Amino acid sequence: MLTVRNLSKNFGGVTALNDINFAISKGEILGVIGPNGSGKTTLINCITGFIKASAGEIVFNGRNIKGMQPHNIVNLGICRTFQIMRPYSSMPAYKNLIIPLYGPRARKTGGWRGGGRHGDRNIIALDLLEEVGFERESKVPYKLAGTLPTGYLKRLELARCLALNPDLLICDEVFSGLSMSEIASMVPLIEKLNKSGVTIIMIEHRLKELFKVAKRVMAISYGDKIIEGLPAEVMANEKVKEAYLGADEGV
Amino acid sequence: MEILIYGTVNSFKLILIAFGFTLVYGVSRLPNFAHGAIFVFTGFIAWIMMHKLNLPLLPAALLSLAGAALVGVLIYQVILKRIRGMNMNEIIATYAIGVAMIETFRWLGFKGTTFTLPVLFEGMLFIGDVPIDYQRLMVVTVGLVMLVAVWIFTKFTRTGLALRGIAQDERAAMMLGIDSDMTATLAMALGSAMSGLAALMIFPLGSIVVEAGYNTLIFALAVCMVGGIGSWGGTVLAAFVLGFLQVITVTYLATHFQMVVTLGAIIATLIIKPSGFFGKHKELEERV
Amino acid sequence: MKTGMRKERIDRGIKVRSDSIYALSSWREISYLMAPRALLVGGFLLAPLILYFFPYWQKVLLIVCIYALLSMAFDFLANYVGLVCLGGSFFVGVGGYGAALLNKYLHFSPFLSIPVAALGGAAFCTFFLLPCLPLRGVYFAIITLMYPLMMTRIIEAFELFGGTNGMMDISGFANPWVEQYFLIISTLVFLFALRRLAVEDIGLVIKGIKDNDQSVRASGINITVVKAQALFYASFLGCFAGAYLAHTYMWAGLSMFALDFSIIPIAATVVGGGGSLLGAVVGAILLVPLSEALRAFGPLRIVSYSLILTVVIVIKGEGLLNYLSRKYSQFERWVEI
Repeated sequence: MLTVRNLSKNFGGVTALNDINFAISKGEILGVIGPNGSGKTTLINCITGFIKASAGEIVFNGRNIKGMQPHNIVNLGICRTFQIMRPYSSMPAYKNLIIPLYGPRARKTGGWRGGGRHGDRNIIALDLLEEVGFERESKVPYKLAGTLPTGYLKRLELARCLALNPDLLICDEVFSGLSMSEIASMVPLIEKLNKSGVTIIMIEHRLKELFKVAKRVMAISYGDKIIEGLPAEVMANEKVKEAYLGADEGV
Repeated sequence: MEILIYGTVNSFKLILIAFGFTLVYGVSRLPNFAHGAIFVFTGFIAWIMMHKLNLPLLPAALLSLAGAALVGVLIYQVILKRIRGMNMNEIIATYAIGVAMIETFRWLGFKGTTFTLPVLFEGMLFIGDVPIDYQRLMVVTVGLVMLVAVWIFTKFTRTGLALRGIAQDERAAMMLGIDSDMTATLAMALGSAMSGLAALMIFPLGSIVVEAGYNTLIFALAVCMVGGIGSWGGTVLAAFVLGFLQVITVTYLATHFQMVVTLGAIIATLIIKPSGFFGKHKELEERV
Repeated sequence: MKTGMRKERIDRGIKVRSDSIYALSSWREISYLMAPRALLVGGFLLAPLILYFFPYWQKVLLIVCIYALLSMAFDFLANYVGLVCLGGSFFVGVGGYGAALLNKYLHFSPFLSIPVAALGGAAFCTFFLLPCLPLRGVYFAIITLMYPLMMTRIIEAFELFGGTNGMMDISGFANPWVEQYFLIISTLVFLFALRRLAVEDIGLVIKGIKDNDQSVRASGINITVVKAQALFYASFLGCFAGAYLAHTYMWAGLSMFALDFSIIPIAATVVGGGGSLLGAVVGAILLVPLSEALRAFGPLRIVSYSLILTVVIVIKGEGLLNYLSRKYSQFERWVEI
């Protein structure tokens, strides 16, 4: 479905990504791990067009999407969450979802439960928030997004992607900053999504939780891909251990 | 040859005008839209001191420079301090106070071309066969001296280093005990004094007119935008590019087009590369 | 003593009740909702009649409307789209010259040339500002400041459209009542249309761009297109004002690109309170008569204007209308912590 070949990115003289190759096929969940500053978020930004890659190829469904505008990439079916949540702070939470439901992607594909084409977008937005774990009967969906705690904002990020009916969903650390119980409620959501046919790339720090959902994992360190394989294989790799231990020492 | 010499002079004029603005923005991220007003203010204060209080040129010049610095400090302490961080309000407030200053002079009757400042040294010399008067040479000299002074100041003195620290990373500098308010005040004082210095150098070449306030602001903005706002090296380079461009325009087209070229340069730069020649790398913002 | 106390703001009961659909159940609540709107609409519609005996102030009323339109345009761009536009006079000038050209060379009547000039002018302004749309904050503010200056210099340098003298003998309105009500009704229609637009879905998208443009892009929406659309609406208002001015003064010239048309709307928005469009209109209603009263002082007018603006920004950043509407819908009390 998505193939990345020889992807590199330089910022000025700093190499953030160096010759990254990987592929993901339909229906898969791929985990991407690596210590802080290893280039994971840059990788997402390159794939989704928020940053222009310096070299390489990104092929999605047989089409080279490198150099395309972010909104065009979204409209092909690749949706992402932001690690640092980007809600519309001055709007109530449910109004945040009107915007993706209004966009061309949702209109073309119908969006979440056809909300992009017909029906009252407000109600569909509330349904969607309930789906990702906002309490329908409480005041939470009506609160200003800027006043919500991290847990809800992460869910809101996810809901924004779901509204777009993604083919490939890229989650940038949706578990970080959440409590154990919050994660426990997110994991089934992601599994359910995957079962419904959405391909998922998950960038994560919380390895234990990641390995519950991801069957295949890729490790990055300082912009280089170290290894790719089953979770157990990856964790057994010397370089991965070194990268993580090295990072731990610094903490 | 003529273009070369007058282009250089014109470029140094632009450096004098723009450097104060870029210094303040570079250090404290404050767009001081009252920059042009301070320029005119200094000119008129110097004139008042000389013609109403009968002071000789040098004390009048020094006092008016001090006055300019004081205005800068007041603008920061009274206005900007309270609205710092609100970008739009900073621009509107400084612009409004600048307009108020300029129009006050107009109201007081300072209009027309009767107000002039004397030159420091009379006379002229020839470079090749091009005549050039001493005041224009002074512009170049003072411009050079100012550049060198700023360079020494920010490289070798404690205060200067603090200014550079704040410019590079405000939070980190504050953690090291550098007072952001203090440096911003200092930057405003310095920037305003530079604007005043530019006025004292440039006004003797013509007469003091209130419209110069608006034009100076535009020229300063033009240079800073083209060079990359807040970048000192970029400012100097952009001053040369625009300076020569203007002189060439005046020589081959007409004076009318001088402003058109300047404005066109800003618009073109903003469209092609918004961060200017030496603007900071934008893509880095996205990285975490 | 106020130690251990804090001020608490609570919505008035009537505000809470009338927020929901039950507002329709009592006259008291309906009038609570409608009173401010009725005051504004009624005031505008009756003003020409009241001012019948003061023809000078009738003219001032027209200028109030012109500035109300410009302030709305500024407020819409600044507080809904997040683009601080310091070049309101660009819109006025383009609209004014457009109407003048249409009238002079194609002999359009004012009622045809004003809408055509507004639409065409808006397209013209949007097209020329299009390359600047990716810019933010200071950059956009500066570049929009440049556009009207640039136009002035170009017209001067090439002596276009009558050069510094401008274009004269533009046809005016035959009937003063038509002249006044045409503008007043248009202003009100635009005000309510724009307010309506802001709560529609497209309005949410526009506000979303101000809140978080990256998020809008991640939703698959081309933000440049949406911004251009918003810019078109704003410049339409400005060009409309300019086109009207050309016909009411029967003249179009360089002073249409003057600073006044850029600064006074900003002052009005700041004084009246941004973010509601209504605040911008209220600001214009307050400031324009004030400035007319100050006209005798010449340049001092602009000085006092700028000073008022600065003081309001520093002391009461939220603006008058936001303050009043808070008082209208909420009450305050001191509570112990």
